Amino acid sequence: MNPLLNLLTVASVALLFVVLRSVRGRHVRVEYSVSWLAAALVLLVISRMPGLLDAAAGWAGIKDSSITFLLLVLLVFLAVFYRTSGVISDLKDMNIALAQRVAILEYQLGQVRNGEGK
Amino acid sequence: MNPGSVLVLIPAFNEERNIGSVVREVIETLPGWPVLVADDGSEDGTAAVARQAGAGVISLPVHLGLGGCVQAGYKLAFELGYEFVIRIDGDGQHDPRDIPDVLHALKTSQCEMIIGSRFIAGAGTRPTVARGIGIRFFRLMLRPILGRAVTDPTSGFVGVNHKALQLFSKSFPLEYPEIEALVVLQRRAFRFEEVPCRMRRRISGRSTIRSWKVLKYMVHVLLGVFVNVLRFDGKRRWFRRKEERS
Repeated sequence: MNPLLNLLTVASVALLFVVLRSVRGRHVRVEYSVSWLAAALVLLVISRMPGLLDAAAGWAGIKDSSITFLLLVLLVFLAVFYRTSGVISDLKDMNIALAQRVAILEYQLGQVRNGEGK
Repeated sequence: MNPGSVLVLIPAFNEERNIGSVVREVIETLPGWPVLVADDGSEDGTAAVARQAGAGVISLPVHLGLGGCVQAGYKLAFELGYEFVIRIDGDGQHDPRDIPDVLHALKTSQCEMIIGSRFIAGAGTRPTVARGIGIRFFRLMLRPILGRAVTDPTSGFVGVNHKALQLFSKSFPLEYPEIEALVVLQRRAFRFEEVPCRMRRRISGRSTIRSWKVLKYMVHVLLGVFVNVLRFDGKRRWFRRKEERS
């Protein structure tokens, strides 16, 4: 289990680094980096505290800690993806409203121009 | 609102070969009636052809899908103060001679929405096999939800009054709107009726809903109906509980 946990530590630190770098370079906005940073921190804590993993395995009634580990990683990423879906849906709604507004304003501008041309 | 004002709304996506004759037919049949084509980000010359034929055109900068396109038309109509909007398809399947019947029903029935049905009095051509199965399926599904029968739930020939226009300007199903719109109306205690309408074959081209898209359409609509039922019934239950507590 230890090599796997060490790998998770490296992956978590790498994720933290990549997300912070993206925020600094403005590829990712601060508000959308929060869930990724939280995910990286949770994974880091899990990887550095094997007792926590054993406790979670005991609580869930799973004998194999590796399966518990994979389940926890899966849950963390599912939470991040779910939040991302919410953000994308909100953005899509806003885009639709904006596209409709642009079309309506263009139409009204055309009417005004036609009126001036007559 | 301008009392008695009517707008004919035609949503269109890549209908350059059909839209000109559809607009001209409406203008010839109903002289003086304003016609608005809502162009859903077409890649062909739909907007230009519609303009040339004599329609006003609202052009969406990107393709939003039928619901987003129709809603843009409803929003504009609402802002311009129209009392009634009659929507027909841009593929030439609907006969503009039926538009006055829909308007008459809107004015006299006190319903917020009137649907042109090809199945009342056998007024139209038969749909394709896949579409026919879909229509039968949705009829069966909608009956217990709406508490009444609807013969042509997928009809794109629809008239709405100012009250429905106000509602749809704010909230309208986006991808495949016809069936979901019925559930939204019914859950808000709005009324709708069907009147017979003629249904013809497309002038040219093919429908966007074909082959595997029929399945996608059915899954999306089912999910949309389910979500709308949950949304409105959930709210109703919440209010009922609140009232009981107080």
